[in-house]
Amino acid sequence: MTTTLLQVSDLRTRFHTPEGTVHAVNGISFHINEGETVAVVGESGCGKSVSMMSLLKLIPSPPGDIYAGTAVYRNHDLLKNSEQEMEDIRGKEISMIFQDPMTSLNPVLTIGRQITEALREHLGLSPESAEQRAIELLEQVGIPDPARRLFDYPHQFSGGMRQRVMIAMALSCAPSLLIADEPTTALDVTIQAQIVELVARLREVLHMAIIWITHDLGVVAGMADRVIVMYAGYIVEEANVEDLYDAPSHPYTLALLAALPRVDRRRDQRLKSIPGTPPNLLVEPRGCPFAPRCEFVIEKCRQENPALIQLGKNHATACWVDVKTGAPR
Amino acid sequence: MTASSSLSVPQLTDDLSTPPLTLGQLGWLRFRRHKMALFGGVTLILLLIFSIGGAFKYAEKYANFNDTAQRLKPPSVEHPFGTDSIGRDILARTIYGGQISLFIGFMAVLIETILGILVGAVAGYYGGAVDAILMRITEALLNIPTIFLLLVMAKFFGGKIPEIHIGARAFSGSVVVIVVIIGATSWMYLARIVRAEFLSWKEREFVLAARATGTSNLEIIFLHILPNTIAPIIVSSTLSVANAILAESYISFLGMGVQEPTATWGNMLDKSAKYLDTAPWLWFFPGMLILLTTLSINFVGDGLRDALDPRSRAI
Repeated sequence: MTTTLLQVSDLRTRFHTPEGTVHAVNGISFHINEGETVAVVGESGCGKSVSMMSLLKLIPSPPGDIYAGTAVYRNHDLLKNSEQEMEDIRGKEISMIFQDPMTSLNPVLTIGRQITEALREHLGLSPESAEQRAIELLEQVGIPDPARRLFDYPHQFSGGMRQRVMIAMALSCAPSLLIADEPTTALDVTIQAQIVELVARLREVLHMAIIWITHDLGVVAGMADRVIVMYAGYIVEEANVEDLYDAPSHPYTLALLAALPRVDRRRDQRLKSIPGTPPNLLVEPRGCPFAPRCEFVIEKCRQENPALIQLGKNHATACWVDVKTGAPR
Repeated sequence: MTASSSLSVPQLTDDLSTPPLTLGQLGWLRFRRHKMALFGGVTLILLLIFSIGGAFKYAEKYANFNDTAQRLKPPSVEHPFGTDSIGRDILARTIYGGQISLFIGFMAVLIETILGILVGAVAGYYGGAVDAILMRITEALLNIPTIFLLLVMAKFFGGKIPEIHIGARAFSGSVVVIVVIIGATSWMYLARIVRAEFLSWKEREFVLAARATGTSNLEIIFLHILPNTIAPIIVSSTLSVANAILAESYISFLGMGVQEPTATWGNMLDKSAKYLDTAPWLWFFPGMLILLTTLSINFVGDGLRDALDPRSRAI
């Protein structure tokens, strides 16, 4: 029996800017079960990070504004929490790691000082036991000689090592949910693999759920249970990872998969890119936001934005067209 | 691969395992190379020894003791700096005046720094309406000429505060008034510097990362961002000490500052104005001390500015 850890319904976030209102997240709904790994994929600027940061209320306000929706975490709506209540949840129940490990650590504080902070705040540990725990954590994420490195500053660590430190910090209080915002994007390929492997191993140890934001479908395949594909602030497809790769049913997912470099493809074949650019979120689109770039587009797409249609258990897509046949649904 | 290069390998790892320099060590290395700053630092220490150590040679009673038979005597063996218009020993008075002037300089800057950091940090971090209100107040205060503000406040509050005792010394209440007034009228520049620093640092990803681990706003302001802005704050505060000492001199020179018989370098100048040409030793010694102090502090401030600049990586 799987229990739902987090149920997000109709989440909407917008930014009021001098140029107008940017509709970054336009009513997304999804859930995540305990211990499950869900990947959120999509191009840059399609609302992945904003929607996950909305869940932790980390959107700067103003200009940000989470204006609708609920995010029920263990029978409690996160979006109704006060800042004080959120501070107790962040880092303890739900943790987040970020894209760039080079800038995510404070340059003037020692690593030990930064790791022990959350331990002392959330778990009320004494300075000595927090330090002891920090050494264990650094060991767990594979930092050699952790007792000595505790007193080092971030600039004394390499990029991969810093991301390991970030992971140690995020996992210090054994959260139930980890939101990983493109944690491997700024790292080179071998380090990426190490980080993915590390997170996968820690997931087993801590039994935590993971939301893994990425634009790299290759990373997703290895570790996610389910995949959510986002475009222009909408969820356009949601499926188990096998279903998504076997039977992608949104043109955008198809295009993303086609853009993926593969070792088994002939070398003289060029990578396919998606023509055009993501839509300007300043204007609310009429019809399907992907229609201008879609090769399956039909007249209805330009008139009306499709809602998610259930295709089977755990597989839903928001498209008027059946991409296998090219015929309208 | 030669034998010598393979021998150098253990030495190389040894080099790598020595910890890199901290900001403090790096700063000291650079500061040492700044000759004027070193001169300023040494002079400042000598001035402190002069005004604190001198107190062991001359009692405060002696500094305030007037012997009308000894009026306006030029420097001699008995009175190395001469005597003033009512026969007090100028050397003893510059010693005690130095204590007050330096005390005022440092305490006023302490107040200025605390106010400046608070206003700047809160405005810069929270932004929006809080920022707008605090910065309009700051700008409004900046638009009032400081010298008038100082004089009006000195006149208004002067004489309302009783004497206070710190250790063996009794301070005239006017000293406290001057400290508070100078501190309260000079924090605006620092507040703007701190605000600008906060505006840029708060956008860094580590601030978001700190928030994502549940750190409260106050901790982010004071434990995460403030340590990053410490270099410009130190530099600005150091330079402000010189300004505070000068401000005290202005007010005291105009007779609204620290009241007699408590000596300060500023009010000693005031009393010497009538004897500019007839008894130059009256103004020469306190004047030189003010000049030397502010000059040294400015040199030290310049040295610190170069030493603590995070963009300069040269040693």
